[in-house]
Amino acid sequence: MSTFKDAGHLFRFAGLFVLAFLIFLVVRHYVVPKSFGQYGHYRGAAIGEIAAHPAKFAGHETCEGCHADVADKKKAGKHAHVNCEACHGAIYQHLPVPEQPKPNLYERFVVLIIHPMPPDPPLLRHAEDPASVKPELPDTAVLCIRCHTASAAKPKGFPQIVPADHYPGPPCGSCHQPHSPAMDAGGAK
Amino acid sequence: MNLSRRQMLVLLPAAAVAWKSVLAGTPEDSPNYKMTDHWWGMLIDIPKCIGCGNCVRACQTENDVPDGYFRTWVERYHVTDENMVSPEVISPDGGKEGFPVAAEDAGKYFFVPKMCNHCADSPCTQVCPVGATFVAPDGVVLVDQKYCLGCAYCVQACPYGCRYIHPKKDVADKCTLCYHRITQGLTTACCEACPTGARQLVDLKDPKDPIHEFLKTHSVQVLKPQMATGAKAYYYGLDGSVR
Repeated sequence: MSTFKDAGHLFRFAGLFVLAFLIFLVVRHYVVPKSFGQYGHYRGAAIGEIAAHPAKFAGHETCEGCHADVADKKKAGKHAHVNCEACHGAIYQHLPVPEQPKPNLYERFVVLIIHPMPPDPPLLRHAEDPASVKPELPDTAVLCIRCHTASAAKPKGFPQIVPADHYPGPPCGSCHQPHSPAMDAGGAK
Repeated sequence: MNLSRRQMLVLLPAAAVAWKSVLAGTPEDSPNYKMTDHWWGMLIDIPKCIGCGNCVRACQTENDVPDGYFRTWVERYHVTDENMVSPEVISPDGGKEGFPVAAEDAGKYFFVPKMCNHCADSPCTQVCPVGATFVAPDGVVLVDQKYCLGCAYCVQACPYGCRYIHPKKDVADKCTLCYHRITQGLTTACCEACPTGARQLVDLKDPKDPIHEFLKTHSVQVLKPQMATGAKAYYYGLDGSVR
């Protein structure tokens, strides 16, 4: 024992070190999220949270479920590869956010911790409630020229017009059927 | 703040439960989606882009991107014969409402849609000090916004300028390749809205994906290949003047 006769201070120091390390392990256990390191140096649960974001564009297949007649007409025309929501906009629309009562201190505290990110406003899909959620009928005067106004920057083979020279006055939709716009393919109205 | 002992006793267990929920996370698992079966990227066909801005608007709608910030945007290049190395580049409001008419004069014009390149060896994920941004097992670069400090180190590190600090959330934000859509079997909002098919979502691990045939038969380039970021936004018809 004589070897350790004057080593008491070292043992006390080692004890302190071990204690600090144990405290570190306990704190780490509670502070590091459970899924951290599941796939790599990040919180694995974040992937699922990002995947849970609500989609607003439902895809053309959803539209074609009810509007098969339009889909058939479109398939035969020049706009066959233009998806419905490219012109009509997203099928999901944000509902007006109802006025929330001011949270009391308790609610504010809990909400702050559970939802560090502001929650998404509610969504409703046109397909779920066709009467109250209607995609806006596009204004052909704006919509068509956005793509078809002639510009040197556009691909040469893409159909382009100079709006001022190309039958100025009535909107495009009064002559062209937007779902199958070519005049010689029965697209004229 | 005046709290009675009774209020405090109610608050503490509630806070503990809430904190536990934050730490554990409550993901909504997508059925039938296996991350290791996919390796996502994007094919951008420059000769097909007409600069209509549909992709930019769709992205902003789909992902609630604040005005003036962009997860994807479109640039218009004007390269003159005399100056091939310093092209004139414009992107008014990210190309969201289209572009002014380009006059038919000297040189060439073309549109270049830009977005996160979802790099396999991304510089942005390497600099994050807290592990808030990462390359997911399916090759998508994501941000854990609950974990992000908002230090903006990744914003500086991205060589393509694809990240920004969200003005309301004060955390890094970027293209998720519509992760919530592709895990459900849908394509991205920008691809869905593109009227000419200039953007195509590709899955490099899917042997049936037409991208394999396309890569074999076409000259395809990535942006800034010299940076060896492993970019997965493949550009067909990319001009040498594009930066």
